[in-house]
Amino acid sequence: MNVIEHGRGKPPLDPHLKALENEAIHIFREVAAEFERPVMLYSIGKDSSVLLHLALKAFHPGKLPFPLVHIDTGWKFPEMITFRDEVVARHGLDLIAHTNPDGLRDNVTPFSHGSSRYTDIMKTQALKQALDMGKYDAAFGGARRDEEASRAKERIYSFRTPDHAWDPRNQRPELWSIYNGMIHTGESVRAFPLSNWTEVDIWRYIQAEKIELVPLYFAKRRKVVERDGMLVLAEDKRLELLPEEQVREEMVRFRTLGCFPLTGAVRSTATTLDEVIAELEIATVSERQGRAIDRDQSGSMEKKKREGYF
Amino acid sequence: MTSQHLSQALRPGEDILDVDPHPELAGRQARPLRFITCGSVDDGKSTLIGRLLWDTKAVKEDQAATLRRDSTGKQNELGLPDFALLLDGLQAEREQGITIDVAYRYFSTDRRSFFVADTPGHVQYTRNMATGASTADLAVLLVDARAGLLEQTRRHATIAAMMGIRQFVLAVNKIDLNNYDEAGFQAIARAFREIALSLGVRQVTAIPVSALKGENIVTRGDDVMPWYSGPTLVEVLEKATQRTGQTTGFRLPVQRVSRPGEGFRGYQGTVAGGSIKPGDSVVVLPSGVEANVKAIVTYDLVRNAAVHGDAITLVLDRPVDVARGDMIAAIDQRPMTGRAFTARLVALSPDGVVPGKRYWLKAGSRRQRVLVRPTSQLDLSTGNWDDATYLPVNGIGVVELDFEDVAIFDSYETNRDTGAFILIDPESLNTVAGGMIDGRRSKTGRFDALPDADRATVTLPARLLEAFLKTEFARSHAGEIKVTGPEEAEGE
Repeated sequence: MNVIEHGRGKPPLDPHLKALENEAIHIFREVAAEFERPVMLYSIGKDSSVLLHLALKAFHPGKLPFPLVHIDTGWKFPEMITFRDEVVARHGLDLIAHTNPDGLRDNVTPFSHGSSRYTDIMKTQALKQALDMGKYDAAFGGARRDEEASRAKERIYSFRTPDHAWDPRNQRPELWSIYNGMIHTGESVRAFPLSNWTEVDIWRYIQAEKIELVPLYFAKRRKVVERDGMLVLAEDKRLELLPEEQVREEMVRFRTLGCFPLTGAVRSTATTLDEVIAELEIATVSERQGRAIDRDQSGSMEKKKREGYF
Repeated sequence: MTSQHLSQALRPGEDILDVDPHPELAGRQARPLRFITCGSVDDGKSTLIGRLLWDTKAVKEDQAATLRRDSTGKQNELGLPDFALLLDGLQAEREQGITIDVAYRYFSTDRRSFFVADTPGHVQYTRNMATGASTADLAVLLVDARAGLLEQTRRHATIAAMMGIRQFVLAVNKIDLNNYDEAGFQAIARAFREIALSLGVRQVTAIPVSALKGENIVTRGDDVMPWYSGPTLVEVLEKATQRTGQTTGFRLPVQRVSRPGEGFRGYQGTVAGGSIKPGDSVVVLPSGVEANVKAIVTYDLVRNAAVHGDAITLVLDRPVDVARGDMIAAIDQRPMTGRAFTARLVALSPDGVVPGKRYWLKAGSRRQRVLVRPTSQLDLSTGNWDDATYLPVNGIGVVELDFEDVAIFDSYETNRDTGAFILIDPESLNTVAGGMIDGRRSKTGRFDALPDADRATVTLPARLLEAFLKTEFARSHAGEIKVTGPEEAEGE
């Protein structure tokens, strides 16, 4: 059958992206229908931007039937927060920003406590607090199976115990596209509509759907300092330079966005989506290379996930 | 032999769309192909998948660096890292050196993208294989060229066929260690083709490969196997077909009702069969109320039609009562409705499937209570169905389902989306079985997937009848044939 879709000035999606989009929308609707208090984790990055776009599509012409939660560590790139507030206003979203009060009180920073403890307190613990406070029984996340080895084994509905733990050896079987949304009180599910997407799919979808992104994804002359083999953005006063470190201006962009002291920039001249995608197609390193927290030890993502990280 | 089977697998135009609106998006012209790989630890399955990912450049440098770091001392003679470490992502798997759970991998060539479900091979992981097979269009079965077919090759093929896979690739691996022996390869290929045929699978391609050396995986092995003129593994995958053509009419399991304001009422779901356009007549099940389609609403404004797989919002031309769990179907091609069905089941939980327990059954968006009564179990070593009243974990059996409320199904054979279901334990709430509908049972217990008039009648002498009923063929075609003994045939 010849299907005509009157897009908003866009050509129709190619069959590959259309299949991924259909699957994600199906998951959004299923979770929204089966759980009492769903919530969407919104991290402002490219995957979250795609996730939000798919959610808007899934529930059109209605509004999103759940709020968004943003775990704000206080160390995000300032451009991310500006972008977040614009998106919330444009779509009339219900956004809850949460920062771990214990971490604020104890002045936990990436510098004082090391990336591992900092991430646990300001991200993992903060996330658990936010989910507990809202009594959410399902949380959407933008994780993809191609990101990391332990994620390749994760279900689309990732079952969590009352203390948010993931038991990779005891996962519920997931057959066809029939999802088991039944849980006991206190238990919850993390739902991953982007499970089967790859990084290239994300970028192509952003291009095809004209999804807006934080400008940090595009190359620009930015102040950076090289630390532990990472190019760290040096625009925030809280970054204390070590004696031998020098701030340089370089043409850089970010492949993933997190906390600025822990997220490395890559040297790049890609200032447009087309250029970013072209760069990606010939890229020889994975996007998570720029993430300090993944490199602590082999299997560190699995450990964090067992403890309740996304 | 192989080229002949390849031509069967090709079927031009069946799945690859002719129209390419984005010539720059090479490899995205078709929907991704989902396939599974089955084999035991020694067959070199991890090496095969590692090779696919490596040769299609799906592994990035930093991942390879981590691999090299983790696989110190374990590199093979070609200086490649230990691919198993790339695939076995869980700590427990790395520690034990085995694959425990299904892992999903992604890679693409210039022509197509692929989702691989990498499934463990041991008997105790039959359930994981069934899980991986449930969404797959094709199965790659791996054997060691020196060992040939094993009992578990038959087991894997049987499970894959039962889960609805109709395309097999037999990768005869480690052919390099068998002196690239053509006669040995042909013998294995012939024996496998017989197994496949007995399971009703006709699209079979056998390929001699060396995963370690990368021969006939992505690149050809002509230098060492001049006698082989068939396709490489990737070539077969690129040309494989998908089960897009559902043989049922329009099906929309309703996931949720969208009522953003007074004037709008839309039914949201994913088209699970057939196609739909404004003006089409539909029936809402189980109520039986009829209506016409007024519009298909999506975020991208209005569509003139929707096909299988599309996530849509349907607006009908009159106010009718539709709730989550209902099915909107083509008025002239309705699914089966009833309270008694027969199905095949894979038991996934350590407790097995117990008769007399009231499970939750979820199919599409519909969840309801069901009583399950196993009647027979498949012996994977013989292929026979033996009488049974209980299904242990990893057991595959035939069961009778009895519902309190009306259930709505197609047979799995005709529609994988509306013929599949899961069972949920009412206490643990865990998923304990995956099931496939064979057909509806009438009050007398007779099976009626098709009206009797549309079924082929098979009359057999009593001594053959029992044996025939135990075969996979009889089970999988139960809804299409009517089997009678001589007395009964005479009586009618």
